[in-house]
Amino acid sequence: MGVVIDNFDLYLSGFLTSVMICLWGLIGSLILGVIIATFRVSPIPILKWVGSAYVTVVRNTPLTLVLFFFAFGLPELGINTSYYAFGLAALIIYTSAFVCEAVRSGINSVSAGQAEAARSIGLGFGQSLTLVVLPQAMRTVVPPLGSVIIAMFKNSAVLGAFGVGGDLWSTGMDLSSAQGYAPLPVFIGVAVGYLCITIPSGLALQVIERKVAIAR
Amino acid sequence: MKALTTLKPPEHGATVLFDAPGPRARRRTLMFSVIAAVAVLAVIGVAILQLVRSGQFSYAKWGPLIDPTNEYFAHVWARLGDGFLRTLIAAVLAIALSLIIGVAIGVARISAGRITRTPIVAFIELFRGLPVILAIYLVSRLADEFRVGVPLPGDNVLRFDLSVLPGGDLLWVLVIGLTAYNSVIIAEIVRSGVVSLPKGQNEAALALGLTRWQSLRMILLPQAFRVMLPALISQLVVVLKDTSLIAVLGGYIELLKMSRLVIENLANPIQVYVVVAAIFIAVNYALTKFAEYVERTLAARTSG
Repeated sequence: MGVVIDNFDLYLSGFLTSVMICLWGLIGSLILGVIIATFRVSPIPILKWVGSAYVTVVRNTPLTLVLFFFAFGLPELGINTSYYAFGLAALIIYTSAFVCEAVRSGINSVSAGQAEAARSIGLGFGQSLTLVVLPQAMRTVVPPLGSVIIAMFKNSAVLGAFGVGGDLWSTGMDLSSAQGYAPLPVFIGVAVGYLCITIPSGLALQVIERKVAIAR
Repeated sequence: MKALTTLKPPEHGATVLFDAPGPRARRRTLMFSVIAAVAVLAVIGVAILQLVRSGQFSYAKWGPLIDPTNEYFAHVWARLGDGFLRTLIAAVLAIALSLIIGVAIGVARISAGRITRTPIVAFIELFRGLPVILAIYLVSRLADEFRVGVPLPGDNVLRFDLSVLPGGDLLWVLVIGLTAYNSVIIAEIVRSGVVSLPKGQNEAALALGLTRWQSLRMILLPQAFRVMLPALISQLVVVLKDTSLIAVLGGYIELLKMSRLVIENLANPIQVYVVVAAIFIAVNYALTKFAEYVERTLAARTSG
């Protein structure tokens, strides 16, 4: 395991790059996912249709295919950018479909009776939304959204394998192929890097889930 | 009373966010629908214009995929069909193996005592927390190391080579990698299936004089499987999608990798990817619907 200790700074910068990819991915897919979820719960049929078409298409397509489509398909249309931008865009497009479903199921899990009760005690639309509906929706959204975020962090490794560069996976590839270290210890170090994020966040999620659970 | 019967029920169109729309709200919805339709059409129009401008609708690019009289048609579809078959083989093998190993891990997790449970939970958390692609890569490296042979005490060398397995080592690297990840997922599905059963089931079994193991095997697991079935079918979608990860690592030639080979010859990435995506979407959508159907049927049958 000397390779991990010797190259700790490389591992750390790879880890931080992976975290940065995820932060951008998170911001992007939260914005896009919430917009699509809004489409899906809106009363306008066309937007509903657009939302569900988006979710059906993206959820059933492998991330790798989305990635390839962006990186090898879009240049045909004259859209050229770095692998990093293509990779990030693919990760955001892919993850936002899952964010959308988490948000939508959270909103749908609040029963209509809650809003009716809120109105019947005289709350307006804004009040019943912010005081009654959203707090309940947020609580049900948090656990599935957390799982989506953890899955996205794991998926960011695909970007590295694809050639985005600089992230945790690429660091491992660089050490094992370019610098000639034995691949197994190198990639055990890489695995530990991913576990540093996924296991604590999984545990935190369990705690949050227990704390915010609503008895229905 | 006639007017009342023609009224729509008050819940109609109401969600937690919106009331049942009245005449004004319905007019407003119609107005926004028109605006949304124009916007959607505009986006589609711009996209099509861009596609036309870059020659994406040309016969040279689509012909080999959609025209049976095209000289490449039979060849291209033979390749895509072969790739799809290889994707299916890898996915089915991985899910079958994960099922066997996953149930074993799940049962061990349920029936283990406090001390033996810890390493099992650690094992589950470890593999759940790793990217699948890393599991596949590690398996491919391990396979390489084992191929060289592990020296044993004395002059013996332990050799284990995946290529002796039917289908070849490239297939099994992918299958074992996918299994390593998915078996722990299935173990968790098994556990939650058993936990979701009413406590009385186990208590009744124990009261009848069955042992804990008999109760698990004869009473709890058969019921848990019915609860789990939809989740298992949905997991097949995940495995089917994950087979394509091998396309960025190199090795087994499944549908996505096969489509790269087609693209290298025909230089029509957008068209081929659209077709490959359509195949994935059709199969996965059908599987998802099937899982929902099974869930409904089981719910109807067990609620009585």
